[in-house]
Amino acid sequence: MDFDVAFLLSTFVKLVAAVPMTLGLFACSVSLGAVFALGITYCRVSGGPLLSVFARAYVFVFRGSPLLIQMFLIYYGLGQFPAVRHSLFWPVLRDPFSCAVLALALCTAGYQAEIMRGGLQAVPSREIEAGRAAGMSGLLLFRRIIAPIAIRQALPAYSTEIILMVKSTALASLVTVWEVTGTAQRLISQTYRTMEVFLVATLIYLLINFIIVRLMALVEYRLSPHLRERPVSASNGGRQGEVHG
Amino acid sequence: MSWIDLIGFGEHGRGAILLWATGMTLAVTAASLGIGALLGSIIAAAKLSASRPARWLGDAYTTVFRGAPELLIIYLVYFGGSQAVTAVGQWLNYEGFLGLPSFLAGAIAVGLISGAYQAEVYRGAYQAVSRGELDAARSIGMGTMLRFRRILAPQILRFSLPGLGNVWQLSLKDSTLVSVTGLAELMRTSQIAAGSTKQYFLFFIVGGALYLVLTTLSDRVFGFAERRVARSFRHSLGRH
Repeated sequence: MDFDVAFLLSTFVKLVAAVPMTLGLFACSVSLGAVFALGITYCRVSGGPLLSVFARAYVFVFRGSPLLIQMFLIYYGLGQFPAVRHSLFWPVLRDPFSCAVLALALCTAGYQAEIMRGGLQAVPSREIEAGRAAGMSGLLLFRRIIAPIAIRQALPAYSTEIILMVKSTALASLVTVWEVTGTAQRLISQTYRTMEVFLVATLIYLLINFIIVRLMALVEYRLSPHLRERPVSASNGGRQGEVHG
Repeated sequence: MSWIDLIGFGEHGRGAILLWATGMTLAVTAASLGIGALLGSIIAAAKLSASRPARWLGDAYTTVFRGAPELLIIYLVYFGGSQAVTAVGQWLNYEGFLGLPSFLAGAIAVGLISGAYQAEVYRGAYQAVSRGELDAARSIGMGTMLRFRRILAPQILRFSLPGLGNVWQLSLKDSTLVSVTGLAELMRTSQIAAGSTKQYFLFFIVGGALYLVLTTLSDRVFGFAERRVARSFRHSLGRH
């Protein structure tokens, strides 16, 4: 394969134009998934036996089956029923973008819920008891003691999940969302230069993931000042305030 | 025709072909695990080697194959044919993508991804082997190969078992994407059955349920293997 720089550049420009769509899928599904995951984690951790069984079943089903089949089930499967087509949700379920977001969000919610549960379990019970002993309760305890420790613990696993999600957005091309992979396929059907276009698309995903890894490392660094060496001049109190504030 | 006939084993039922496709999914995943084991151990050795270029290559491999979308890797391997296959491994001797069967393309593509994850698993397992045991082996005069065979390899295999279970589950799900190459595995077969009967919901639910069966069963198998392997640790000194 000889390199046609002009073609590669023009492909790069055309594919970069689809990056907002990929990032849109990614941002919508990760944040919607986080909301679902919070609910599932709540069911699992402090719900009754019934809710706990629901949370377990949810995690089992959505982590145990492949994302592609979940996406097809939502996009093709639900549209099969007249009841769905005549319902209030049809504008959402008819649109490929929102179907892809829904499938991605439901799937990542299963994984994120396990990450959140892991983070919560890592909070030492003595810290919670200390908080209680100091008179904190409910939300205050959660905000000041549980959440900061749990988030710090969960962050590395969360970064991994986020990278997996960037990669998973490529599946949306199979339900006709014109994100980077879908656009690449369209370019290939026009130019028949399969390898070059797919390689440029791969490069774009690697760049996105590289940036996200860096950002997450920055967040981890910001959230773990207690693991760094203390600067001689700065007082510890001010730095703690910066973390929790 | 009721739904039970559609997924059953009767004249118009898709039961038999779905079960066959489940076997195909298992086969392509197993093949990719094998390819990935070979690649993964080479990459892990590169990442742990003293040579800087080898380490760099190993890191580049795991970064690319864990950072690029699985779907694109499958497309690249499948459509790229000889070009891509030559670029990623000349030892396979493939030329021309017309000759590349979708089973092999899928197994190689998923294997390339699996290799990146397996490399990290083996690297971690190597680092978990106690340095003291290696020193002890050296001090009683074992050579490099003997040390590898008697001390390193058995422990690396034990330590990497839980990680390999995770990689297997990932590959099982990645294998669904091989359906884009036309391989009649479980995803593709569910899709065809759904399209030709217009019973999308039914066949995707059945396909998803079969995947759940596969992931649950493999969880059991790996759990069993881990317990078996743990037996040899129970009485050893210096281990918890």
